[in-house]
Amino acid sequence: MTVHPALARSVQGCSDAPVLKERGQREVFCGLTGIVWLHRKVQDAFFLVVGSRTCAHLIQSAAGVMIFAEPRFATAIMEERDLAGLADAHEELDRIVGQLLERRPDIKLLFLVGSCPSEVIKLDLSRAAARLSATYGPSVRILNYSGSGIETTFTQGEDACLAALVPELPKADGSEASLIVVGALADVVEDQFRRLFDALGIGPIAFLPPRCSTELPAIGPRTRYLLAQPFLGDTARALEERGAKHVAAPFPLGAEGTTQWLRAAATAWKIDDQTFEAAIAAPRNRAQRALERHRFRLFGKRIFFFPDSQLEVPLARFVARELGMRPIEIGSPYLHRRHLAAELDLLPSDAVLSEGQDIEKQLDRCRTAAPDLVVCGLGLANPLEAEGITTKWSIELLFTPIQGYEQAGDLAELFARPLVRRTRLEV
Amino acid sequence: MQLTLWTYEGPPHVGAMRIATAMKGVHYVLHAPQGDTYADLLFTMIERRDRRPPVTYTTFQARDLGGDTAELFKTAAREAFERFKPDALMVGASCTAELIQDDPGGLARALQLPVPVVALELPAYQKKENWGAGETFYRMVRTFAGPHAPGADWQRPPRDTSQAPRCNILGPTALGFRHRDDLQEITKLLGAIGIEVNVVAPLGATPADLARLGEADFNVVLYPEIARTATDWLTRTFKQPATKTVPIGVGATREFIEEVAALAGVDSSLLLSTDASRLPWYSRSVDSTYLTGKRVFIFGDATHAIAAARIATEELGFAVVGLGTYSRELGREVREAANSYGIEALVTDDYLEVESAVAGLSPELVLGTQMERHIAKRLGIPSAVISAPVHVQDFPARYSPQMGFEGANVIFDSWVHPLMMGLEEHLLAMFREDFEFNDAALPSHVDRGFTPLEDEAAAASPPLFFRSGDKLAWHEDAERELQKIPFFVRGKARRNTEGFASERGLTTITLETLYDAKSHYSR
Repeated sequence: MTVHPALARSVQGCSDAPVLKERGQREVFCGLTGIVWLHRKVQDAFFLVVGSRTCAHLIQSAAGVMIFAEPRFATAIMEERDLAGLADAHEELDRIVGQLLERRPDIKLLFLVGSCPSEVIKLDLSRAAARLSATYGPSVRILNYSGSGIETTFTQGEDACLAALVPELPKADGSEASLIVVGALADVVEDQFRRLFDALGIGPIAFLPPRCSTELPAIGPRTRYLLAQPFLGDTARALEERGAKHVAAPFPLGAEGTTQWLRAAATAWKIDDQTFEAAIAAPRNRAQRALERHRFRLFGKRIFFFPDSQLEVPLARFVARELGMRPIEIGSPYLHRRHLAAELDLLPSDAVLSEGQDIEKQLDRCRTAAPDLVVCGLGLANPLEAEGITTKWSIELLFTPIQGYEQAGDLAELFARPLVRRTRLEV
Repeated sequence: MQLTLWTYEGPPHVGAMRIATAMKGVHYVLHAPQGDTYADLLFTMIERRDRRPPVTYTTFQARDLGGDTAELFKTAAREAFERFKPDALMVGASCTAELIQDDPGGLARALQLPVPVVALELPAYQKKENWGAGETFYRMVRTFAGPHAPGADWQRPPRDTSQAPRCNILGPTALGFRHRDDLQEITKLLGAIGIEVNVVAPLGATPADLARLGEADFNVVLYPEIARTATDWLTRTFKQPATKTVPIGVGATREFIEEVAALAGVDSSLLLSTDASRLPWYSRSVDSTYLTGKRVFIFGDATHAIAAARIATEELGFAVVGLGTYSRELGREVREAANSYGIEALVTDDYLEVESAVAGLSPELVLGTQMERHIAKRLGIPSAVISAPVHVQDFPARYSPQMGFEGANVIFDSWVHPLMMGLEEHLLAMFREDFEFNDAALPSHVDRGFTPLEDEAAAASPPLFFRSGDKLAWHEDAERELQKIPFFVRGKARRNTEGFASERGLTTITLETLYDAKSHYSR
């Protein structure tokens, strides 16, 4: 195991620990935000949000940048006449989709994405998707999911999107075992994992979402799936309905997380220990060496996670076990107990787990705890910095390749950088 | 429904947040789902504010919809009041909450809080951010200054000349394009001619300050998009005259000084006799000769776009070839301005329309928002940003106003620096075949991240560019010669030549055709 020896005694596991459940004001993004990375991941897909000006403004603001190329997302902004029944919303949507597909003939997969207003007025996007598929199929596949803030928090948008893709996966014909790695990963990380699985003799493997919508992996009773992200509850359920079996594992963050994640797949494929060790030894050593450089800076530092992406639990496990940090509070918008089971076992027992949010109370707890580092969203970071509290933007943990051995050092560096910066500045 | 790939303005409740965040002592309780909290980052990240906007969101979820969202709102409002102890509470709904019709105003009043409650009705499916800011400011001004209104027959008595004249400065908000520095510059100008500032609003004002608005002799309106509705009410109610000139550019600043001096009854001749801005001399210096007739495209909010067109024409000697705005509320003003330059205004909030207008006009300089900066970058045209929507770069650390004489200096630098310097431009045209001195060569002072993309972009996005039609063939010599034309006018040269050729029924464009067309179109 890669656990630092000095830490072993504090690691008790907190899978049964009580959870502080909060139901107050939440300071989190809605599921539409997932479009920011999904539209880049699947290169022939387009995301059409059916919503309001707020939705359009959210996505462009959350992306943090203005668009450089023409993006593969847009918003069909509902107007007064759509709501007052002066225009038939379905006819309007047909018109917009026609306009869009004419403009972008390269699009092969179109997602109609539901929003808060479209959900509240009960605009049935699954009906629209079926109708439009009849018109534009089979060259364009049209699906729908909801990224609305009344139903989804931030990364749950990716979950909803992938769950909508699952019924589209072709049925596996042969009796050959296969592996699907589920959850959007950076291309470079995917390529590394693909090489590792090859070296282990695990395969054929596929990634969901694929880089191209025409490369959807086949699925059947001999398919196993491995979650690369912790926020994919609905997708997992949909995969199981198609007969796939879950390979339970911690998430591939850090040297330990990545090893356990790969080992779970290796065990399912009955790969012997020697082959396993031979395949992972070199990259695992590289990861451990990379972590060494950051451990001395981070060891013993107290860290507080505000709820954001559902990555908080695996991240807390990583920083606690591999960097020696002390999580004070681990907030998550939602705790998926089954998918996090292996993670929760590895968490230090003295950390507070919280689910949901009551932002003002959580800020009070944070100020009282005076942690060395706070992981939080963009709305909170500068105000906390101004109070003298060092922060790490949580969104960067989603927009940076952090999974796998070769990124373990980069992930540690993301936590170290704000602290190092504080020590450098003399103004 | 409207297909939108990018939006110049946020929803109207973001406009209300700009007022709440600008002011002191107010708190805004917004009935909204959780995702709407993204708006906080506009203030904390883009503007780098050191505190969260004074906004509480109810963050209702789907499971609350079947229950009592009204009760959720009341709890949020009560708790926000207890925690933040504001002097006044603003309440309203975002787009989603507007659909569930909980009446935040009525609910908040039912709580019988010991402070005024300002209920905002901002129709999210009809209106946008600037309208929301203007309406919110008006509601706030009416709520707090209203009780001090004199009777309808009241006439403003002549000013007591033993006291310094006093004005209000209206319009600067949070998240405004250079509002922070404009305010400083204008306050300094007013001070230089002996005018005192009674209240600045909404930026930095408390509800108690708004109650004192009527005490000023007149109002200075910096941003009509935000302040016009409130100002019109103050003019009617307190018989306060208001300024009409927005002091952006040397000419407008001088007119503004004359205007406020007249309203205040003070002498401005001393200030006007000084060489307060370097722009006039810089523009007259021979180095600036190369600016003459540069073709410029302008797009932004109405105030900044109109001002930019005037500066471009009168103060830099450019030719305005395109002028437009996304501010439909002030579309009439922009149309009038455009008419005066003999062009038709582009009033749209669809950036694709703006992009194709820029591509079609092939200007030599684009003055616009961050969006036009990207459009220009893609087309390989120099650009400068003149207007919101704001980007983190629009909050520079240095003092960088747009208004007043210093603002004119800032504008000269920020518009002229992206352009090719005079002699460099000539050399580039003369020695086009020098391998280090080709099309992709950049002005030596522009950073290397700036990459003209004309040819790649032409291949990638057919609708935006003018390419050889199927019927017209370019002779090899002509095509090679075309490549010697500077990239920023090449698209136009190609199009003109092709137009010229097809009008004459030619099927092949030769070197001769190219130069015939050049002489035909020479200006």
